[in-house]
Amino acid sequence: MTAILKVSGVTVRFGGIHALDDVSFEVTPGEFVSMIGPNGAGKTTLIRAITGVVQPQSAEIRLSGREISNLPTHKRSRLGLVMTHQIVRPFHSMSVLENVIFAAGHGRIQSVFGAMVSFDLSRERDRAMKLLGLLGIAEMADKSVRGQPLGVIKRMEVARALALEPKLLLLDEPLAGLNHIEAARLADTVADINRRGTTIVMIEHNLGEVLRVSERLVVLDNGRKIADGNPNEVMRNPAVRAAYVGKDETDAAA
Amino acid sequence: MGIYEVSLATIVLINIILALGLNMITGFCGQISLGHAAFYGIGAYCTAILAKAGFPPAVTLLCGLILAGASGVVVGLASLRVREDFLAITTMGVGFLFLGIVRQQEALGGELGISSIPSAGMSKIGFMLFVLVLAALAAAFSLFIKRSWMGFAFDAVADDEDTARVLGLDVAAYKLSAFAMGTAMAGLAGGLYTYFARFIVPDDFGFITSITVLSMVAVGGIGSVFGVMAATVVLTLMPEFFRFISDYKLLVYGALLFTVMRFAPGGLAGFLQTALRIRKARGETG
Repeated sequence: MTAILKVSGVTVRFGGIHALDDVSFEVTPGEFVSMIGPNGAGKTTLIRAITGVVQPQSAEIRLSGREISNLPTHKRSRLGLVMTHQIVRPFHSMSVLENVIFAAGHGRIQSVFGAMVSFDLSRERDRAMKLLGLLGIAEMADKSVRGQPLGVIKRMEVARALALEPKLLLLDEPLAGLNHIEAARLADTVADINRRGTTIVMIEHNLGEVLRVSERLVVLDNGRKIADGNPNEVMRNPAVRAAYVGKDETDAAA
Repeated sequence: MGIYEVSLATIVLINIILALGLNMITGFCGQISLGHAAFYGIGAYCTAILAKAGFPPAVTLLCGLILAGASGVVVGLASLRVREDFLAITTMGVGFLFLGIVRQQEALGGELGISSIPSAGMSKIGFMLFVLVLAALAAAFSLFIKRSWMGFAFDAVADDEDTARVLGLDVAAYKLSAFAMGTAMAGLAGGLYTYFARFIVPDDFGFITSITVLSMVAVGGIGSVFGVMAATVVLTLMPEFFRFISDYKLLVYGALLFTVMRFAPGGLAGFLQTALRIRKARGETG
């Protein structure tokens, strides 16, 4: 099957620091890939480079075969490449529902002149309500985003990303900051979204949930890809164990 | 209505168009501008020159509007890379640049400005009614934009432009539209001012004017069309009734701006909304 996303040779330097060094990987349609690695490994930088928020020094990024590394972020998003941020970024002046309606209206706001003469929200409102239902937060729809617990906002952001009808959804630590019950519920929801046909790449530190729900692991350490494959095999890989627990400790344990 | 009242009403209405223009940029789209008076001036000078060359008001006003809007797009393009306080400084610079250029140009009358501009060919009351119609159109246009998907997109840009971009919004195009529409309205206001005063000098379009307009928008409640119109009426008439205010305009408006930003960031509109909510809550419990 052809890759929905093919990333080759991504190198990002911030000043003298190599944040990413020649990283390549592929995602096939329908997959649920989790990306793990210690803090500072370059996971967030990688998905930011994929969405164009960060400009890599060199990279080839293909979405369904189309080279997109010269496109601005909003155009990549229109092609179906959508990410959620690690730190929640809701529109604070809007309600939970309005946040999602805005994303559902991505077709209406594509052209400035089109947006100027369109007023109807009903179709977008229906779609947004369905998505909030899917994420289990329909009852919060009309509440202001301000003062909502993190769990609700994280779910709202996933709904908002889905409203853009992504081909590929990039989630940056969706479970961070949630307690283990909330985290397990959201992980199940994400797995359910994947079963409904959305390809997902998820950065996550919560290894328990990652191993429970994902089909494939990509491991980064120090800006390099050190492993890629079946979760159980990857976790048995000595390089991965070393990156996680530190070399000395594994030696000591062995 | 005496001549004095008619003049006051006309200047209030002109200021409403001017302030609604800034409200489009700062209120709707969240882009601060401290140089709005420059576009007011561009409209005024363009109209004055064409009027003296013998063109009728319909042509001169339209040219003023278009020239100011086009300059707005140019300044907007230059400002796409800067945000918030840097944008404030940049637009302030544009204001001073405009003054600096106008003061040096013989063709624009230099410090002495342009005088004996022909009238719009209407009586004072007729001109006031003409401005009233245009101000009503400006208000209707503002409400129209606010309720459209464009207004929704402006909200998103004002709120968090990075997120808006990630959600597929062409942020630059929306900022430029806000600049184009807002500065075009300022240009129209400038043209109307030219026909109203029939004598313009560079100082009419200086920093004090920019701050005054910004005060109108902030005091009215950033983004609220009716709030901005109410504040414009009050802030335009205040110096007429209290002469000392016009002597210390920058001081008074600066203090006002600071007070509103610090204690009531929602302005009059926000204040009223809070008051209504409290009353409603009391009504429900009591």
